[in-house]
Amino acid sequence: MQKRILIVVCVIAALCLVPMTVAAQAQAQVIKIATQSPLSGGMSAVGTDIKNGAQLAVEQLAGPLAKLGFKIELAPFDDQGNPDTGVANAKSIVSDPAILAIVGHYNSGVQIPSSEEYHAAGLVNVSPANTNPKVTDRGYAEVNRICGRDDVQGAVGASYAASKGIKSAYVLHDKTAYGQGIAEYFQRQAKTLGIKVLGFAGTEEKANFDSILTPILAAKPQVIYFGGMFDQSSVLFKQARQKGYKGMFLSDDGFDASDAAKIGGDALLQGAGTYYSTVAGPASLYPGTAKFVADFKAKFGAEPQPFAAQSYDCAAIALKAIENAAVAAGKKLPTRAAVVSAVRALKDFKGITGTINFNAKGDLVKAKYFIIQVTSADPDKWSSNKIDQTLDIAPPQ
Amino acid sequence: MKGPLGSQTLREILLPLGRMLVFVVGAGAVFSALMFGIALLCRGSGADKLLLDTQGVNIVTYTLVNLPQVLIDGVTLGFVYAAIALGYTMVYGVLEFINFAHSEIFAIGAFAGVEFLIAMDKLGVLKAAGPMGSYMYLTLALVISMGASGGMAMLIERTAYRPLRDSPRLVPLISAIGVSFALQDIIRLVESLTTGQFYRVMPTFGDFDKRLPLFSIATAGQDPTLVDIQVKSVVVIGAAVLMLVLLNFIVNATRIGKAIRSVAQDRNTAALMGIGVNAIISFTFLIGGALGGAAGLLYALKFTRIDPFVGFMPGIKAFTAAVLGGIGNLTGALLGGIILGMLESFAGAYLGTFTMGTFGSEYKDIIAFLVLIIFIIFRPSGLLGEQVSQKA
Repeated sequence: MQKRILIVVCVIAALCLVPMTVAAQAQAQVIKIATQSPLSGGMSAVGTDIKNGAQLAVEQLAGPLAKLGFKIELAPFDDQGNPDTGVANAKSIVSDPAILAIVGHYNSGVQIPSSEEYHAAGLVNVSPANTNPKVTDRGYAEVNRICGRDDVQGAVGASYAASKGIKSAYVLHDKTAYGQGIAEYFQRQAKTLGIKVLGFAGTEEKANFDSILTPILAAKPQVIYFGGMFDQSSVLFKQARQKGYKGMFLSDDGFDASDAAKIGGDALLQGAGTYYSTVAGPASLYPGTAKFVADFKAKFGAEPQPFAAQSYDCAAIALKAIENAAVAAGKKLPTRAAVVSAVRALKDFKGITGTINFNAKGDLVKAKYFIIQVTSADPDKWSSNKIDQTLDIAPPQ
Repeated sequence: MKGPLGSQTLREILLPLGRMLVFVVGAGAVFSALMFGIALLCRGSGADKLLLDTQGVNIVTYTLVNLPQVLIDGVTLGFVYAAIALGYTMVYGVLEFINFAHSEIFAIGAFAGVEFLIAMDKLGVLKAAGPMGSYMYLTLALVISMGASGGMAMLIERTAYRPLRDSPRLVPLISAIGVSFALQDIIRLVESLTTGQFYRVMPTFGDFDKRLPLFSIATAGQDPTLVDIQVKSVVVIGAAVLMLVLLNFIVNATRIGKAIRSVAQDRNTAALMGIGVNAIISFTFLIGGALGGAAGLLYALKFTRIDPFVGFMPGIKAFTAAVLGGIGNLTGALLGGIILGMLESFAGAYLGTFTMGTFGSEYKDIIAFLVLIIFIIFRPSGLLGEQVSQKA
């Protein structure tokens, strides 16, 4: 018995020593860029490609920093789309001195509490996908995003519905900071445009929408708007169709994932169809992404999910800012504060999704918004969905 | 039991059928009357004016027009809950602890059946199958679900509960919670390794999505509201009723059922009477698990999408149903499931309307768990709990 315990203790000790020695060797001038996105769970398809996009950028664009004598590594973290996990990760990220920038978060509800940690530690965060106004409205110097905002996106959705002659809408949301926020902006704009909002409700239900649909179907709205993620909305839309709803479905960039077609299937194409607004068009839409899409497919064996190209750009921005800060510091390891100001100081940065300029809050000076129509129930054809409208809108001040 | 398969067999089939009918009609009538009463009280209130403004109907008409659809949804959901709740209640009956891993047994059943149907769909045989063929494949999937879940339940009992059988009652309970978490992630691991997917979607086949029109309600100044029921709701109710009758028959009219009941009453005395207690407990897990697995597939058929955590909510609701009806009591689980399904359906459909959106349908779960709390405080033995009072 004692011998067995001894063996167990030895094995545990050996396991502990391995990472310690690895860490000791890696101390020499390593700069890490962390990613935070859901790598497991329901949103992992998009979250994994956010990590992959950043990984591709680190592999392709680390050259200038390598010349300065730095080794760039990617440190991927799995936030599980869960605020608690995101904050716990953020705490271990800020305590690692080698991490100089964070690319990340898919969910605004996770980014907002996590970025409080980044702000406290003075660590820069460039976000590819977080659209809630509060992300940048807190005025943190550390927080930047290269996508649009929900107050604009929700209004864009409502304006689109009005332009289609819609007179009545039923608005649902997922009760997260992101979903509820965008649904409220949709409702506000819809009311000013004369669309009758027949109901406004939140739900965390993921499977059984029977009882939620009863009052909706009784109200007979021309459009059902859902503010939230595809894992709820695609099921809701499918069940609404099966219950005989013929009108239009409208959602937001949370719907932009090929799994939506997998779950929703033909129901998305029936009736008046399914549309979604987004802040990130399919990667093939942008002029500079042809090479990115080809490289991505060669490396990861699949079409990039939405936000992968944005994530590539976020990592590219972080690398460029670190490089600028390192040069300014005399080719030495830059401080976190220097990287924070170097990100904002970038002018006309040529990313693959366009030319990027940040305003004083960390929003893009002008962001793109799209309305996309689902045209195929085949998940593999998701990135060729039809783009109905493209708008360039400056953030509200 | 050697006697002619006459009166007793018939009695054990007709009695539970009659009970189900009484429960469904009774619960439906009580809830409908309650809603109608509230609607009458709400005449002229803000909610009434809001409805007149947005939809041009008064609140009483609105309530009545939507009532049939809400009842149908409630009954369907109720039978799914009842089938899961029976698994909890049977294990409680023989071992007197809550098998919290039952929600994962449910999920395993859903995955086994859906994976089978997806494989059949890939082979192309599902689309080619005629109307009879689609029912045959569904039955086959149901059998696979029941086998996988029943087997898994037995395995869990053997590995996680039997070694702890004589320890304090809290110990197997904690073990059950641990098994539950482990199974969730094992399903996730297996799915990631084999298919790389988190969500699995029930393939569309046969005529299960078709809607059978029942009748239409004409209201003044409005389009008539068509009330219909989906074929799959009929299938879910039919399959659940069949299984519940079969279970009742096994427990109340067979030798092995008698053995289960005697083990439930007193394990030691049952052993003295020559009953193989371990085998009987295993068998209880087998049929409880099989029922849970079948419920999993029916749930997947009705709501189409499953993921490794799909069992959690239905599992905890079914547990509520079992407590509501009186845990350890088979009829109680049935009654609890039907009441809870109705309650959820009614709360979800009408709460938002009556409160003008202040409390939306998202509060339906809160109401379900409020019922659990109220029962635990005021009537811990549940609605029909007294019938098991002979147990120590």
